[in-house]
Amino acid sequence: MTEKKDSYTDRIWDFFCSLKLTLFIMLLLALLSIIGTVLQQNAPAEEYIREYGQSYYELFVNLQFIDMYHSWWFIGLLGLFSVNLICCSIKNFPRVWKFVKEPMLVATPGTLKNSANRLEMNSKEEKEQLAERLSSFLGKEFAKTIRSESDGKIFLFAQKGIYSRFGAYMTHLSILIVMAGAVIGNIWGYKAYVNIAEGTSTNRVWAHSGQLPIDLDFTVYCEDFDISYYPGGNRPKDYNSNLVILENGKEILRKRIEVNDPLTYKGLTFYQSSYGSTGKPVFKVKVTVNKTGEAFNFNARQGEHIRLPNGHAFAVTSFTLNDRKFGPAMQLHVNTPDGKHGRPFIVWKNYPEIDVKRGGLFSFALIDHDDPQYTGLQVAKDPGVEVVWLGCILMVFGSLTAFFFSHRRLWVCLEDDGGRTKVQIVANAHRNQPGFSLAFDDLSEKLEATIENKSIVKEG
Amino acid sequence: MDSGQFSGQIFNLVTIIYFVAMVLFFLYLAARNNTLGLIATLASFGGFIAHTAALGLRWYESYQVLGEDGRVPLTNLYESVVFFSWSIVLVYLLLDWKYKQRSVGAFVMPFALFSMVGAQMWLNADIDPLVPALQSNWLTYHVITCFLGYAGFAVACGVSIMYLMKIGKEEKHQGEKPMGGLLGLFPSTRILDDINYQAIMIGFPLMTLGIVTGAAWANYAWGTYWSWDPKETWSLIVWFIYAAFIHARFTRGWVGRRAAWLSILGFAATIFCYLGVNLVLSGLHSYGSA
Ligand code: HEM
Repeated sequence: MTEKKDSYTDRIWDFFCSLKLTLFIMLLLALLSIIGTVLQQNAPAEEYIREYGQSYYELFVNLQFIDMYHSWWFIGLLGLFSVNLICCSIKNFPRVWKFVKEPMLVATPGTLKNSANRLEMNSKEEKEQLAERLSSFLGKEFAKTIRSESDGKIFLFAQKGIYSRFGAYMTHLSILIVMAGAVIGNIWGYKAYVNIAEGTSTNRVWAHSGQLPIDLDFTVYCEDFDISYYPGGNRPKDYNSNLVILENGKEILRKRIEVNDPLTYKGLTFYQSSYGSTGKPVFKVKVTVNKTGEAFNFNARQGEHIRLPNGHAFAVTSFTLNDRKFGPAMQLHVNTPDGKHGRPFIVWKNYPEIDVKRGGLFSFALIDHDDPQYTGLQVAKDPGVEVVWLGCILMVFGSLTAFFFSHRRLWVCLEDDGGRTKVQIVANAHRNQPGFSLAFDDLSEKLEATIENKSIVKEG
Repeated sequence: MDSGQFSGQIFNLVTIIYFVAMVLFFLYLAARNNTLGLIATLASFGGFIAHTAALGLRWYESYQVLGEDGRVPLTNLYESVVFFSWSIVLVYLLLDWKYKQRSVGAFVMPFALFSMVGAQMWLNADIDPLVPALQSNWLTYHVITCFLGYAGFAVACGVSIMYLMKIGKEEKHQGEKPMGGLLGLFPSTRILDDINYQAIMIGFPLMTLGIVTGAAWANYAWGTYWSWDPKETWSLIVWFIYAAFIHARFTRGWVGRRAAWLSILGFAATIFCYLGVNLVLSGLHSYGSA
């Protein structure tokens, strides 16, 4: 009974460790990912219904194709991918660790005989002396040697680049780290946006998911918004906002942000993403009391009632940049002290003298007008992003290590052979064998010279 | 804006040189004359030097056209295709230097040539100023790494086609005497298979770096390093295909025919990721449509 159970769990374990599963998942993920690039994601329901019809729309909803990268099956496949990766690493890591902990100091007879890279020579010299010289030569030209003896033979062992055995594990670990970073960001972070009119501030932002605003424990003040255009056109060159962070009314931080250069405070990052008109122009209006000639200046927002001397008030109700070719003009009315609206009239910015002729208690002039902009900010809180970068850096180093470096080992065996010393040298690399063979040819030339105890003369 | 840049004329010249080099490679295969092969490689090298100079010149010209808003010539579809061609020739020359296999040029230079012809004929070569989203150094790192990676995949695809052409004949061809004709000049299938693998080993880490730098840029510009837009998703698809290629090879010994087909599939996906997404699908990376 127990035996059967064992083999069952073994089978499951083997399944999760298998590279066939890895290949299958990789190709399946590639294939399934295509769906979301062909079918628009997260569009309003009407769009799918218009394009594909009601029944297909329902099918898409059931299969979670509308938001497929967050569907249970896609996330599940990514999960299986990580389980596969973890199991495989657990299974194989001890073998790699053994290479580090217990290097094979003595070459087996099989290795000595069958290596692709080998050198065999005879020497009249004592093997002790020869070992000494080879050891110091290899220390200089290849790597430090470890000496051991068995059966009256002397063995030297040297290795280089053992860390490259870890390249694959480093890469695999990095993938898990990136995924972990993404999960952290999804759970504890959010994406939001906020529009702030110039000269105003906010302490809440609007999450992309959900209706309720998110309260911040600080205030963001938009001091100024600027946009510049490339000469001779309306292609925006740059737009930027002066943001100030305030806490309890005190300025904490200020930065001019622009596209590609955001501001971060308390884990929240504000990205310049759009801009627009607030649609609430402000008018600088000069009011003259006709009787006395006394003049006042006001900054009037559109629709706002502003008090005048002796109980009257006025309000600007509309504005146009060009009224019947006369240029900018505003429409306004004056309220009597008992709150009755007077008849609306028009004031042209470029022709102030017209309003003087209108008669009445006051005459108005439009000195200036301003159309404040709002700055559109993306707001992101992503506590996982550093983890993702860490994973990315590890991934780049890991894959370079895995591909471009190899573990190279070299063994020397010295034995007495009828009054002479038989020298056998073999070497191998766990990757890029052709390249290593060339390097070994080079090295063996020098090794021969060292064994014969003369300096090499390179011929042609 | 004025598109009659001097660099454009050099790019035309480069296109002609690549055409000549390709014809020479074909002649070399047909006539089995080593001198022709050498001239073809030298022509490719000469074209590459001119190509490099013209890229530098276009960079300089952007400052003449745009004043202080000049920028690296890697920011629109035209410039990226020209750079893609440059990267293909670079990777080819590096592998030629290492493997000394002339005939590979006949299957790689066409990719470089088609890119140049496409860019010169159909794409808008104006030096236009950059919209704010593209004003980032990350863009430069992103484009360079992606296209060097793509170039590795292009070379791998070229040798895979050679491999498939040769292996079919080789299996039918009996006997000791070496294969004659065009295929006789191809490198041995073992070497073709190895170059396929080597080129992907160059391409894959670069593409990984390309995806990472792209994510970094997106994070600075929009606050999300990954948003599953079609371009990002297709680059991940390409990444998965080549990761599968590498693992199949490392541990399951997928070599030869299957590796060659996988490499061709991977390059088809790469081309779709690069051009297909811009032309067929829509997304954030819309600079291609400009
Ligand atoms: C940049 C990406 C990757 C690189 C460079 C890479 C590299 C490698 C290398 C070099 C090996 C061979 C290990 C050895 O023989 O010692 C390997 C094995 C393996 N890789 Fe990856 N890998 C990558 C991504 C992945 C991913 C995403 C998975 C997902 C599951 C994965 C799963 C595996 C598995 C299961 C093995 C078999 C381990 C073994 O049998 O020793 N790898 N990988």
